Amino acid sequence: MTTLEILATGPLALVEDLGRPGLAHLGVTRSGAADRRSHTLANRLVANPADRATVEITFGGFSARVRDGDVTVAVTGADANPSVDGVPFGTNGIRHVRDGQVLTLSMPRSGVRSYLAVRGGVDAEPVLGSRSHDVLSAIGPRPLRPGDLLAIGEHAQDFPELDQAPVAPVAAGDLDLTVVPGPRDDWFTDPEALVRTDWVASDRSDRVGTRLTGQPLTPRDPERQLPSEGAVRGSVQVPPNGLPVILGPDHPVTGGYPVIGVVVDRDVDRIAQVRPGQRVRLHWSHPRA
Amino acid sequence: MIHDYGDQALLLDVGDTADVMAWCDALRGAQLPGVVELVPAARTVLLVLSGPQHQGPIRARLDGFRVQRADAPSAEPGTVVTVDVVYDGEDLDEVARLTGLSPEQVVEAHTSAPMRVGFGGFAPGFAYLVGGDERLHVPRRAEPRTRVPAGSVGLAGEFSGVYPRESPGGWQLIGHTDAVLWDVDRDPPALLVPGNWVQFRAVP
Repeated sequence: MTTLEILATGPLALVEDLGRPGLAHLGVTRSGAADRRSHTLANRLVANPADRATVEITFGGFSARVRDGDVTVAVTGADANPSVDGVPFGTNGIRHVRDGQVLTLSMPRSGVRSYLAVRGGVDAEPVLGSRSHDVLSAIGPRPLRPGDLLAIGEHAQDFPELDQAPVAPVAAGDLDLTVVPGPRDDWFTDPEALVRTDWVASDRSDRVGTRLTGQPLTPRDPERQLPSEGAVRGSVQVPPNGLPVILGPDHPVTGGYPVIGVVVDRDVDRIAQVRPGQRVRLHWSHPRA
Repeated sequence: MIHDYGDQALLLDVGDTADVMAWCDALRGAQLPGVVELVPAARTVLLVLSGPQHQGPIRARLDGFRVQRADAPSAEPGTVVTVDVVYDGEDLDEVARLTGLSPEQVVEAHTSAPMRVGFGGFAPGFAYLVGGDERLHVPRRAEPRTRVPAGSVGLAGEFSGVYPRESPGGWQLIGHTDAVLWDVDRDPPALLVPGNWVQFRAVP
Protein backbone atom coordinates (compact mmCIF):
# COMPACT_ATOMS: atom_id res chain seq x y z
CA MET A 1 0.00 0.00 0.00
CA THR A 2 1.33 3.41 -0.94
CA THR A 3 1.88 5.72 2.00
CA LEU A 4 3.29 9.11 2.90
CA GLU A 5 5.81 8.89 5.70
CA ILE A 6 5.60 12.17 7.58
CA LEU A 7 9.09 13.57 8.25
CA ALA A 8 8.16 17.06 9.51
CA THR A 9 4.82 18.80 10.13
CA GLY A 10 5.60 22.47 10.76
CA PRO A 11 3.40 24.17 13.40
CA LEU A 12 0.26 22.21 12.50
CA ALA A 13 -0.62 19.69 9.80
CA LEU A 14 -4.14 18.26 9.84
CA VAL A 15 -6.16 15.87 7.74
CA GLU A 16 -9.27 17.73 6.55
CA ASP A 17 -12.17 17.14 4.20
CA LEU A 18 -15.40 19.12 3.88
CA GLY A 19 -16.42 18.31 7.47
CA ARG A 20 -19.37 16.66 9.17
CA PRO A 21 -22.54 18.69 8.52
CA GLY A 22 -25.85 17.89 10.19
CA LEU A 23 -24.59 16.99 13.70
CA ALA A 24 -25.01 20.38 15.40
CA HIS A 25 -27.87 18.99 17.52
CA LEU A 26 -25.31 16.64 19.10
CA GLY A 27 -22.98 19.56 19.81
CA VAL A 28 -20.66 18.63 16.94
CA THR A 29 -19.55 21.47 14.68
CA ARG A 30 -19.00 21.01 10.96
CA SER A 31 -15.21 21.53 10.95
CA GLY A 32 -13.46 20.73 7.64
CA ALA A 33 -10.84 22.55 5.55
CA ALA A 34 -10.44 26.18 6.69
CA ASP A 35 -9.97 27.33 3.09
CA ARG A 36 -12.53 25.12 1.35
CA ARG A 37 -11.86 26.65 -2.06
CA SER A 38 -8.16 25.74 -2.01
CA HIS A 39 -8.91 22.28 -0.59
CA THR A 40 -11.46 21.64 -3.34
CA LEU A 41 -9.11 22.90 -6.06
CA ALA A 42 -6.33 20.58 -4.84
CA ASN A 43 -8.70 17.61 -5.06
CA ARG A 44 -9.86 18.66 -8.51
CA LEU A 45 -6.31 19.00 -9.84
CA VAL A 46 -5.57 15.35 -9.01
CA ALA A 47 -9.08 14.28 -10.20
CA ASN A 48 -10.24 13.22 -6.73
CA PRO A 49 -13.94 13.08 -5.86
CA ALA A 50 -14.96 16.10 -3.79
CA ASP A 51 -15.24 14.08 -0.56
CA ARG A 52 -11.55 13.08 -0.37
CA ALA A 53 -9.35 14.40 2.43
CA THR A 54 -6.28 16.59 1.95
CA VAL A 55 -3.55 17.68 4.36
CA GLU A 56 -4.01 21.24 5.66
CA ILE A 57 -0.54 22.59 6.37
CA THR A 58 -0.26 25.72 8.51
CA PHE A 59 2.81 27.91 7.87
CA GLY A 60 4.72 25.26 5.87
CA GLY A 61 7.57 23.35 7.47
CA PHE A 62 6.16 20.08 6.13
CA SER A 63 7.95 17.19 4.50
CA ALA A 64 7.00 13.62 3.68
CA ARG A 65 8.58 10.67 1.87
CA VAL A 66 6.54 8.65 -0.63
CA ARG A 67 6.78 4.94 0.14
CA ASP A 68 5.76 1.75 -1.68
CA GLY A 69 4.49 3.33 -4.88
CA ASP A 70 4.32 6.49 -6.96
CA VAL A 71 1.78 9.25 -6.36
CA THR A 72 0.36 12.31 -8.09
CA VAL A 73 0.04 15.39 -5.87
CA ALA A 74 -1.10 19.00 -6.02
CA VAL A 75 -0.49 21.83 -3.54
CA THR A 76 -2.84 24.82 -3.36
CA GLY A 77 -3.57 27.75 -1.02
CA ALA A 78 -0.68 29.69 0.51
CA ASP A 79 2.38 29.41 -1.78
CA ALA A 80 4.79 27.32 0.30
CA ASN A 81 7.22 26.75 -2.59
CA PRO A 82 6.50 23.02 -2.82
CA SER A 83 9.35 20.87 -4.07
CA VAL A 84 10.28 17.25 -4.71
CA ASP A 85 13.82 16.28 -3.73
CA GLY A 86 14.63 19.99 -3.71
CA VAL A 87 13.18 20.77 -7.16
CA PRO A 88 10.27 23.26 -6.93
CA PHE A 89 7.13 22.46 -8.94
CA GLY A 90 4.82 25.39 -8.19
CA THR A 91 1.54 25.89 -6.35
CA ASN A 92 -1.78 25.08 -8.07
CA GLY A 93 -0.25 22.47 -10.37
CA ILE A 94 0.13 18.68 -10.37
CA ARG A 95 3.35 16.74 -9.90
CA HIS A 96 4.21 13.07 -10.17
CA VAL A 97 6.30 11.90 -7.20
CA ARG A 98 8.16 8.59 -7.34
CA ASP A 99 8.66 6.01 -4.62
CA GLY A 100 11.29 7.25 -2.15
CA GLN A 101 11.20 10.91 -3.18
CA VAL A 102 10.65 13.62 -0.54
CA LEU A 103 7.98 16.29 -0.88
CA THR A 104 8.66 19.54 1.02
CA LEU A 105 6.65 22.70 1.76
CA SER A 106 8.41 25.79 3.15
CA MET A 107 7.12 28.80 5.08
CA PRO A 108 4.78 30.69 2.71
CA ARG A 109 5.57 34.34 1.90
CA SER A 110 1.90 35.24 2.18
CA GLY A 111 -1.17 33.43 3.44
CA VAL A 112 -1.26 30.78 6.15
CA ARG A 113 -2.62 27.43 4.95
CA SER A 114 -1.56 25.19 2.08
CA TYR A 115 -3.43 22.08 0.94
CA LEU A 116 -1.72 18.91 -0.20
CA ALA A 117 -3.94 16.60 -2.23
CA VAL A 118 -2.79 13.14 -3.26
CA ARG A 119 -4.53 11.32 -6.09
CA GLY A 120 -6.72 8.78 -4.23
CA GLY A 121 -7.03 10.96 -1.14
CA VAL A 122 -5.58 10.66 2.34
CA ASP A 123 -7.17 7.60 3.89
CA ALA A 124 -7.36 8.24 7.64
CA GLU A 125 -10.09 6.61 9.76
CA PRO A 126 -13.29 8.67 9.42
CA VAL A 127 -15.04 9.75 12.64
CA LEU A 128 -18.78 10.50 12.44
CA GLY A 129 -18.59 10.40 8.66
CA SER A 130 -15.64 12.74 8.17
CA ARG A 131 -11.84 12.72 8.09
CA SER A 132 -11.61 16.26 9.47
CA HIS A 133 -9.77 17.05 12.68
CA ASP A 134 -11.77 19.45 14.87
CA VAL A 135 -9.31 21.26 17.15
CA LEU A 136 -11.97 22.38 19.65
CA SER A 137 -13.59 18.99 20.28
CA ALA A 138 -10.56 16.85 19.33
CA ILE A 139 -12.76 14.73 17.04
CA GLY A 140 -11.33 13.13 13.89
CA PRO A 141 -7.82 12.05 12.82
CA ARG A 142 -5.32 13.53 15.29
CA PRO A 143 -2.78 16.15 14.16
CA LEU A 144 0.06 14.63 12.13
CA ARG A 145 3.37 13.84 13.81
CA PRO A 146 6.76 12.93 12.36
CA GLY A 147 6.86 9.16 11.83
CA ASP A 148 3.17 8.83 10.94
CA LEU A 149 2.36 6.75 7.88
CA LEU A 150 -0.57 8.20 5.94
CA ALA A 151 -2.31 5.68 3.71
CA ILE A 152 -3.33 6.81 0.23
CA GLY A 153 -6.80 5.72 -0.91
CA GLU A 154 -7.90 4.04 -4.12
CA HIS A 155 -8.14 6.63 -6.84
CA ALA A 156 -11.10 7.16 -9.12
CA GLN A 157 -11.10 6.35 -12.85
CA ASP A 158 -11.09 10.04 -13.72
CA PHE A 159 -7.87 11.54 -14.98
CA PRO A 160 -6.54 15.00 -14.20
CA GLU A 161 -7.74 17.47 -16.80
CA LEU A 162 -5.25 20.27 -16.30
CA ASP A 163 -1.65 20.59 -15.15
CA GLN A 164 -1.94 24.06 -13.73
CA ALA A 165 -4.95 26.01 -12.45
CA PRO A 166 -5.09 29.75 -13.18
CA VAL A 167 -5.58 30.95 -9.59
CA ALA A 168 -4.56 34.31 -8.14
CA PRO A 169 -1.99 33.93 -5.36
CA VAL A 170 -3.14 34.47 -1.76
CA ALA A 171 -2.85 38.24 -1.24
CA ALA A 172 -0.56 39.73 1.39
CA GLY A 173 -2.30 43.14 1.54
CA ASP A 174 -5.33 44.35 3.47
CA LEU A 175 -8.25 41.93 3.63
CA ASP A 176 -11.68 43.35 2.81
CA LEU A 177 -14.68 41.28 3.91
CA THR A 178 -18.39 41.79 3.31
CA VAL A 179 -20.58 41.38 6.38
CA VAL A 180 -24.38 41.06 6.62
CA PRO A 181 -25.49 43.21 9.60
CA GLY A 182 -27.03 41.53 12.68
CA PRO A 183 -28.68 39.70 14.19
CA ARG A 184 -27.41 41.50 17.35
CA ASP A 185 -25.98 44.75 15.92
CA ASP A 186 -28.44 46.69 18.10
CA TRP A 187 -26.61 45.44 21.22
CA PHE A 188 -23.84 48.01 20.58
CA THR A 189 -23.85 51.76 21.11
CA ASP A 190 -22.15 52.37 17.76
CA PRO A 191 -22.38 49.33 15.46
CA GLU A 192 -20.95 51.40 12.59
CA ALA A 193 -17.59 51.35 14.40
CA LEU A 194 -17.27 47.79 13.09
CA VAL A 195 -16.94 49.03 9.50
CA ARG A 196 -15.02 52.24 10.33
CA THR A 197 -12.21 50.56 12.25
CA ASP A 198 -9.00 49.24 10.67
CA TRP A 199 -8.77 45.93 12.50
CA VAL A 200 -5.59 43.91 12.81
CA ALA A 201 -5.58 40.09 12.92
CA SER A 202 -4.19 38.87 16.22
CA ASP A 203 -1.60 36.11 16.63
CA ARG A 204 -4.10 34.42 18.98
CA SER A 205 -6.11 33.22 15.99
CA ASP A 206 -6.76 29.58 15.13
CA ARG A 207 -9.35 27.32 13.49
CA VAL A 208 -11.85 28.23 16.23
CA GLY A 209 -11.73 31.94 15.49
CA THR A 210 -9.76 34.83 14.02
CA ARG A 211 -9.35 37.47 16.71
CA LEU A 212 -9.22 41.13 15.70
CA THR A 213 -7.57 43.93 17.62
CA GLY A 214 -8.41 47.64 17.45
CA GLN A 215 -10.64 50.11 19.28
CA PRO A 216 -13.07 47.92 21.28
CA LEU A 217 -16.80 48.06 20.51
CA THR A 218 -19.04 49.21 23.36
CA PRO A 219 -22.07 47.16 24.42
CA ARG A 220 -25.24 49.17 25.02
CA ASP A 221 -25.83 47.34 28.31
CA PRO A 222 -22.75 45.59 29.74
CA GLU A 223 -24.92 43.67 32.26
CA ARG A 224 -27.20 42.15 29.63
CA GLN A 225 -26.48 38.49 28.86
CA LEU A 226 -27.40 36.74 25.64
CA PRO A 227 -28.86 33.24 25.96
CA SER A 228 -26.61 30.99 23.82
CA GLU A 229 -27.57 30.87 20.16
CA GLY A 230 -26.42 28.97 17.08
CA ALA A 231 -23.41 30.29 15.18
CA VAL A 232 -21.76 29.67 11.79
CA ARG A 233 -18.31 29.97 10.31
CA GLY A 234 -18.04 33.70 9.60
CA SER A 235 -20.12 34.90 12.58
CA VAL A 236 -18.53 38.07 14.00
CA GLN A 237 -18.95 37.54 17.72
CA VAL A 238 -18.16 40.28 20.21
CA PRO A 239 -17.16 39.10 23.72
CA PRO A 240 -17.24 41.46 26.73
CA ASN A 241 -13.78 42.89 25.88
CA GLY A 242 -15.32 44.47 22.76
CA LEU A 243 -12.84 42.90 20.33
CA PRO A 244 -14.50 40.96 17.48
CA VAL A 245 -13.78 37.29 16.82
CA ILE A 246 -14.64 35.89 13.38
CA LEU A 247 -15.60 32.28 13.99
CA GLY A 248 -13.71 29.61 12.02
CA PRO A 249 -14.50 26.03 10.95
CA ASP A 250 -14.11 24.57 14.47
CA HIS A 251 -16.31 27.16 16.23
CA PRO A 252 -18.57 26.01 19.09
CA VAL A 253 -22.03 25.07 17.79
CA THR A 254 -23.63 27.74 19.98
CA GLY A 255 -22.18 30.90 21.48
CA GLY A 256 -23.20 33.19 24.29
CA TYR A 257 -21.84 36.49 22.91
CA PRO A 258 -23.77 38.78 20.59
CA VAL A 259 -23.07 38.43 16.86
CA ILE A 260 -22.88 41.91 15.32
CA GLY A 261 -22.72 40.63 11.74
CA VAL A 262 -21.90 37.57 9.63
CA VAL A 263 -19.30 37.41 6.84
CA VAL A 264 -20.86 36.39 3.51
CA ASP A 265 -20.05 32.84 2.48
CA ARG A 266 -17.96 33.74 -0.59
CA ASP A 267 -15.51 35.67 1.65
CA VAL A 268 -15.23 33.07 4.42
CA ASP A 269 -12.36 31.08 2.85
CA ARG A 270 -10.19 34.19 2.64
CA ILE A 271 -10.25 34.54 6.44
CA ALA A 272 -8.35 31.24 6.64
CA GLN A 273 -5.39 32.89 4.91
CA VAL A 274 -5.10 36.08 7.00
CA ARG A 275 -1.80 36.35 8.88
CA PRO A 276 -1.25 37.85 12.31
CA GLY A 277 -0.58 41.58 11.86
CA GLN A 278 -2.49 41.78 8.58
CA ARG A 279 -5.13 44.54 8.35
CA VAL A 280 -8.78 43.48 8.11
CA ARG A 281 -11.56 45.85 6.99
CA LEU A 282 -15.23 44.94 7.22
CA HIS A 283 -17.98 46.37 5.00
CA TRP A 284 -21.74 46.01 5.38
CA SER A 285 -23.40 44.09 2.56
CA HIS A 286 -26.24 46.63 2.78
CA PRO A 287 -27.01 49.56 5.12
CA ARG A 288 -28.25 48.50 8.56
CA ALA A 289 -32.04 48.62 8.96
CA MET B 1 -39.08 37.06 14.39
CA ILE B 2 -36.78 35.90 11.57
CA HIS B 3 -33.31 37.42 11.12
CA ASP B 4 -31.08 37.05 8.08
CA TYR B 5 -27.95 35.41 9.47
CA GLY B 6 -25.21 36.10 6.94
CA ASP B 7 -26.18 35.14 3.41
CA GLN B 8 -26.90 31.47 3.94
CA ALA B 9 -28.60 31.04 7.28
CA LEU B 10 -31.70 32.31 9.07
CA LEU B 11 -32.10 32.86 12.82
CA LEU B 12 -35.54 32.30 14.24
CA ASP B 13 -36.20 34.14 17.52
CA VAL B 14 -38.96 32.43 19.52
CA GLY B 15 -40.34 32.75 23.07
CA ASP B 16 -38.67 30.06 25.16
CA THR B 17 -36.96 26.67 24.97
CA ALA B 18 -40.29 24.81 24.72
CA ASP B 19 -41.07 26.88 21.61
CA VAL B 20 -37.59 26.10 20.28
CA MET B 21 -38.27 22.37 20.62
CA ALA B 22 -41.68 22.66 19.01
CA TRP B 23 -40.18 24.57 16.09
CA CYS B 24 -37.40 22.02 15.69
CA ASP B 25 -39.89 19.15 15.63
CA ALA B 26 -41.94 20.97 13.00
CA LEU B 27 -38.90 21.90 10.90
CA ARG B 28 -37.46 18.38 11.04
CA GLY B 29 -40.81 16.99 9.97
CA ALA B 30 -41.07 19.45 7.08
CA GLN B 31 -37.65 18.45 5.64
CA LEU B 32 -37.26 21.77 3.87
CA PRO B 33 -35.02 21.55 0.80
CA GLY B 34 -31.78 23.50 1.18
CA VAL B 35 -31.63 23.26 5.00
CA VAL B 36 -28.35 21.57 5.94
CA GLU B 37 -28.45 22.03 9.67
CA LEU B 38 -30.85 23.01 12.46
CA VAL B 39 -29.19 24.48 15.54
CA PRO B 40 -31.61 24.77 18.45
CA ALA B 41 -30.55 26.97 21.37
CA ALA B 42 -32.20 28.61 24.40
CA ARG B 43 -34.49 31.05 22.54
CA THR B 44 -33.54 30.58 18.91
CA VAL B 45 -33.31 28.09 16.07
CA LEU B 46 -30.59 28.64 13.48
CA LEU B 47 -31.29 27.22 10.03
CA VAL B 48 -28.07 26.72 8.09
CA LEU B 49 -28.74 26.62 4.34
CA SER B 50 -26.79 25.08 1.47
CA GLY B 51 -26.62 28.35 -0.46
CA PRO B 52 -27.73 32.00 -0.56
CA GLN B 53 -30.49 31.17 -3.07
CA HIS B 54 -32.47 29.37 -0.33
CA GLN B 55 -32.65 32.31 2.08
CA GLY B 56 -35.68 34.05 0.52
CA PRO B 57 -37.80 30.94 -0.20
CA ILE B 58 -37.18 29.37 3.24
CA ARG B 59 -38.02 32.64 4.96
CA ALA B 60 -41.32 32.70 3.05
CA ARG B 61 -42.05 29.08 4.05
CA LEU B 62 -41.39 29.86 7.74
CA ASP B 63 -43.98 32.62 7.72
CA GLY B 64 -46.66 29.96 7.11
CA PHE B 65 -45.56 27.60 9.91
CA ARG B 66 -47.76 26.70 12.91
CA VAL B 67 -46.19 24.71 15.74
CA GLN B 68 -47.50 22.55 18.57
CA ARG B 69 -45.73 22.44 21.95
CA ALA B 70 -45.17 19.05 23.61
CA ASP B 71 -45.60 19.06 27.38
CA ALA B 72 -45.18 15.36 28.24
CA PRO B 73 -43.12 12.39 26.98
CA SER B 74 -44.73 10.47 24.14
CA ALA B 75 -45.52 6.78 24.67
CA GLU B 76 -42.79 5.80 22.20
CA PRO B 77 -40.25 3.48 23.81
CA GLY B 78 -36.72 4.80 24.13
CA THR B 79 -37.70 8.42 24.50
CA VAL B 80 -37.12 8.43 28.27
CA VAL B 81 -33.51 7.89 29.36
CA THR B 82 -32.92 7.10 33.04
CA VAL B 83 -29.70 8.54 34.47
CA ASP B 84 -28.52 7.30 37.88
CA VAL B 85 -26.94 10.05 39.96
CA VAL B 86 -25.01 10.09 43.22
CA TYR B 87 -26.08 13.43 44.71
CA ASP B 88 -22.80 14.41 46.36
CA GLY B 89 -21.93 17.53 44.32
CA GLU B 90 -19.66 20.21 45.77
CA ASP B 91 -22.36 22.85 45.30
CA LEU B 92 -25.30 20.88 46.72
CA ASP B 93 -25.29 22.87 49.96
CA GLU B 94 -24.95 26.15 48.06
CA VAL B 95 -27.91 25.21 45.84
CA ALA B 96 -29.90 24.35 48.99
CA ARG B 97 -29.02 27.77 50.43
CA LEU B 98 -29.92 29.62 47.20
CA THR B 99 -33.26 27.83 46.84
CA GLY B 100 -34.24 27.75 50.52
CA LEU B 101 -34.61 23.96 50.30
CA SER B 102 -32.81 21.26 52.26
CA PRO B 103 -30.27 19.17 50.28
CA GLU B 104 -32.76 16.27 50.46
CA GLN B 105 -35.48 18.47 48.95
CA VAL B 106 -33.11 19.55 46.16
CA VAL B 107 -32.56 15.89 45.27
CA GLU B 108 -36.29 15.22 45.43
CA ALA B 109 -37.03 18.20 43.17
CA HIS B 110 -34.39 17.05 40.68
CA THR B 111 -35.73 13.49 40.48
CA SER B 112 -39.48 14.07 40.79
CA ALA B 113 -40.32 14.35 37.07
CA PRO B 114 -38.63 13.85 33.69
CA MET B 115 -36.93 16.76 31.96
CA ARG B 116 -36.58 17.23 28.23
CA VAL B 117 -33.42 17.66 26.16
CA GLY B 118 -33.77 21.16 24.72
CA PHE B 119 -30.56 21.61 22.79
CA GLY B 120 -26.83 20.92 22.82
CA GLY B 121 -23.82 23.04 21.99
CA PHE B 122 -21.34 23.57 24.80
CA ALA B 123 -19.41 20.42 23.85
CA PRO B 124 -20.19 17.22 21.94
CA GLY B 125 -22.82 15.30 23.93
CA PHE B 126 -23.69 18.15 26.29
CA ALA B 127 -27.48 18.51 26.62
CA TYR B 128 -29.33 21.49 28.06
CA LEU B 129 -32.27 19.93 29.95
CA VAL B 130 -35.44 21.94 30.47
CA GLY B 131 -38.78 21.59 32.19
CA GLY B 132 -37.37 20.73 35.61
CA ASP B 133 -38.71 21.95 38.96
CA GLU B 134 -38.68 25.76 38.82
CA ARG B 135 -37.48 26.01 42.43
CA LEU B 136 -34.11 24.75 41.18
CA HIS B 137 -33.39 27.78 38.98
CA VAL B 138 -30.05 29.04 40.31
CA PRO B 139 -27.40 31.35 38.85
CA ARG B 140 -24.08 30.04 37.56
CA ARG B 141 -21.16 30.12 39.95
CA ALA B 142 -19.52 33.54 40.14
CA GLU B 143 -16.14 31.85 39.66
CA PRO B 144 -16.24 29.11 37.00
CA ARG B 145 -14.16 26.01 37.79
CA THR B 146 -11.19 25.40 35.53
CA ARG B 147 -11.78 21.66 35.80
CA VAL B 148 -15.13 19.91 36.10
CA PRO B 149 -14.94 16.08 35.99
CA ALA B 150 -16.80 14.07 33.34
CA GLY B 151 -20.21 12.92 34.55
CA SER B 152 -20.77 15.93 36.82
CA VAL B 153 -24.45 16.85 37.10
CA GLY B 154 -25.08 20.58 37.33
CA LEU B 155 -27.62 23.39 37.36
CA ALA B 156 -27.50 26.84 35.75
CA GLY B 157 -30.40 29.21 35.23
CA GLU B 158 -33.39 27.24 33.98
CA PHE B 159 -31.22 24.28 32.85
CA SER B 160 -29.87 20.99 34.15
CA GLY B 161 -26.97 19.28 32.44
CA VAL B 162 -24.32 16.56 32.63
CA TYR B 163 -20.69 17.24 31.61
CA PRO B 164 -19.77 14.68 28.89
CA ARG B 165 -16.05 15.00 29.57
CA GLU B 166 -13.69 16.93 31.79
CA SER B 167 -13.80 20.61 30.92
CA PRO B 168 -13.91 24.05 32.50
CA GLY B 169 -17.40 24.99 33.68
CA GLY B 170 -19.48 27.40 35.72
CA TRP B 171 -22.52 25.28 36.60
CA GLN B 172 -23.51 24.48 40.19
CA LEU B 173 -22.58 20.83 40.71
CA ILE B 174 -25.09 18.73 42.63
CA GLY B 175 -23.93 15.18 41.83
CA HIS B 176 -22.24 12.80 39.43
CA THR B 177 -23.15 9.88 37.18
CA ASP B 178 -21.27 6.96 35.66
CA ALA B 179 -23.41 7.17 32.50
CA VAL B 180 -21.34 7.68 29.32
CA LEU B 181 -22.74 10.83 27.74
CA TRP B 182 -20.55 10.78 24.62
CA ASP B 183 -18.94 7.93 22.71
CA VAL B 184 -18.02 8.42 19.04
CA ASP B 185 -18.19 4.65 18.49
CA ARG B 186 -21.85 4.51 19.54
CA ASP B 187 -24.80 5.39 17.27
CA PRO B 188 -25.91 8.00 18.09
CA PRO B 189 -22.74 9.03 19.94
CA ALA B 190 -24.70 11.27 22.33
CA LEU B 191 -26.72 9.58 25.09
CA LEU B 192 -29.07 12.56 25.23
CA VAL B 193 -30.34 14.01 21.96
CA PRO B 194 -32.89 16.79 21.47
CA GLY B 195 -36.40 15.44 21.96
CA ASN B 196 -35.34 12.78 24.53
CA TRP B 197 -36.72 12.95 28.04
CA VAL B 198 -34.44 12.32 30.99
CA GLN B 199 -35.38 10.88 34.35
CA PHE B 200 -32.73 11.36 37.03
CA ARG B 201 -32.71 8.69 39.75
CA ALA B 202 -30.88 9.04 43.06
CA VAL B 203 -28.54 6.16 43.88
CA PRO B 204 -26.28 5.75 46.90
